[in-house]
Amino acid sequence: MIASEPVLQVVELSKRFGSVVAVDGLTFSLKSGSIIGLLGGNGAGKTTTLSMILGLLQPTSGAIRAFGHDFIKNRHSVLHRMNFCSPYVDLPQRLSVRENLCVFARLYGVLNIERRISELADSFRLQDLMECPIRRLSSGQKTRVSLAKALINNPEFLLLDEPTASLSPDVSQWIRQRLMEYRDRTGATILFASHDMREVELLCDQVLLMSKGRLVERGSPTELKARAGVESLEEVFLALNGEISQR
Amino acid sequence: MKTSSLQRISAMLLRYFFLLRSSWPRVLEIAYWPTVQMIIWGFTSIHFSSASPGLTAGGILISAVLIWDSLFRSHISYTLSFLEEMWSRNLANLFVSPLRPWELILSLAIISMIRTLIGMLPAALLAIPFFGVSVFEVGLPLLGFFLNLVFTGWAISQAVTGILLRYGLGAESLTWMLPFLLAPFSCIYYPLATLPEWMHSIAGFLSTTYVFEGMRSLILEGKWLPELLWKACFLNTIYFLCGLVVFYVALRAARNRGLLMQSGE
Repeated sequence: MIASEPVLQVVELSKRFGSVVAVDGLTFSLKSGSIIGLLGGNGAGKTTTLSMILGLLQPTSGAIRAFGHDFIKNRHSVLHRMNFCSPYVDLPQRLSVRENLCVFARLYGVLNIERRISELADSFRLQDLMECPIRRLSSGQKTRVSLAKALINNPEFLLLDEPTASLSPDVSQWIRQRLMEYRDRTGATILFASHDMREVELLCDQVLLMSKGRLVERGSPTELKARAGVESLEEVFLALNGEISQR
Repeated sequence: MKTSSLQRISAMLLRYFFLLRSSWPRVLEIAYWPTVQMIIWGFTSIHFSSASPGLTAGGILISAVLIWDSLFRSHISYTLSFLEEMWSRNLANLFVSPLRPWELILSLAIISMIRTLIGMLPAALLAIPFFGVSVFEVGLPLLGFFLNLVFTGWAISQAVTGILLRYGLGAESLTWMLPFLLAPFSCIYYPLATLPEWMHSIAGFLSTTYVFEGMRSLILEGKWLPELLWKACFLNTIYFLCGLVVFYVALRAARNRGLLMQSGE
């Protein structure tokens, strides 16, 4: 990849389900080493957008380029450089934490599997849970394992769909810290879908604000607040949503 | 960190090995049903032989049960392994990984073969001391019959897993139903001539019919008719390709409709 080339370029991306337009003409690009928040209310099109970027959903129109490759036509050339985590997707329940990490490490071609698993176990405080089947873990523990799985291949591009949904504030804060450490250490790009405005404000360098399938605002959290003349991202969101409803 | 197909397939095999290892009742269950079937049909065979020895000559009933079960076991093993991914909501993790769909298919086929052998071998071996019937006496053609039925099982599985991808777990009962739809036409326990005329044309399109006609000819008359096996191979090739088409078309439809992220209980 050329150094200046964006990790991801999305051009006029749309998805229709029958007469419903879930995502409408989305265009943006992500540069290397940034944490970008994909923000929006329920039904804004965040998960649909992430699904298309992951190759789980075929766009109706538009283009996606990841690491300079046409992702829609040839996603397998770059999937080993990406990974993702979502509370709506689970890991095999009967397998232990270690077994799950071992399987995914092999799927992603991790070279020194034992060492990588050990690093992740330390980083995500999983040492005492390694032999536990996933089904016996609490939701906070499952999230930590899912994040460990998402980082198993040291992805250059990490996609997270509401990774802290339904977690207590302390665990959410702890996970945010791990993600920032990972970005600082590896220079990875993280796309973070959430409807938690405060979390996005704390974590993200840039924000893409979606409403009704469209990108309605973009910029750093500071820029967005200044433009709207408000104190928090939540107020930006409410103000924009109010405007959109009045149109 | 690019992986080879071999690495990814071995990762999936490891995943299914871990699953089996996690529950000894599962391993026991694999061998349990074929053995129970063999025992029931063994006693039925003894009962029939007292009234009509020709009906059970050469252990034909037990051999038929065992050979038919290789189709059912290969299909169930393949489909259940796939269903495990749906039940545990793991499909999205697999489809965003570098694993290609054909590698998933091959992994499922390999694990299905392993599970089928784990299930069938104890039953076939126990039939020797229990009822004095050794299906291995059929010789090399047995391998032909077995592989043909395993391939029929996989062809059905590919279609079923495609339907599961497209319609979700609501279509799960097809897993159990479809093999039994073939059974009456396949002439497992009776010759083709037993079927009414209108059923002959349907039976003629089934690879299983040729396998069982060939098996009966070999066991009862000592005649090896390789042309029956070739017909079965030809039909199985067609089924297998049709199964692949159904799977890939369904995968494409699931990708279009956003079903891969949602699949699960």
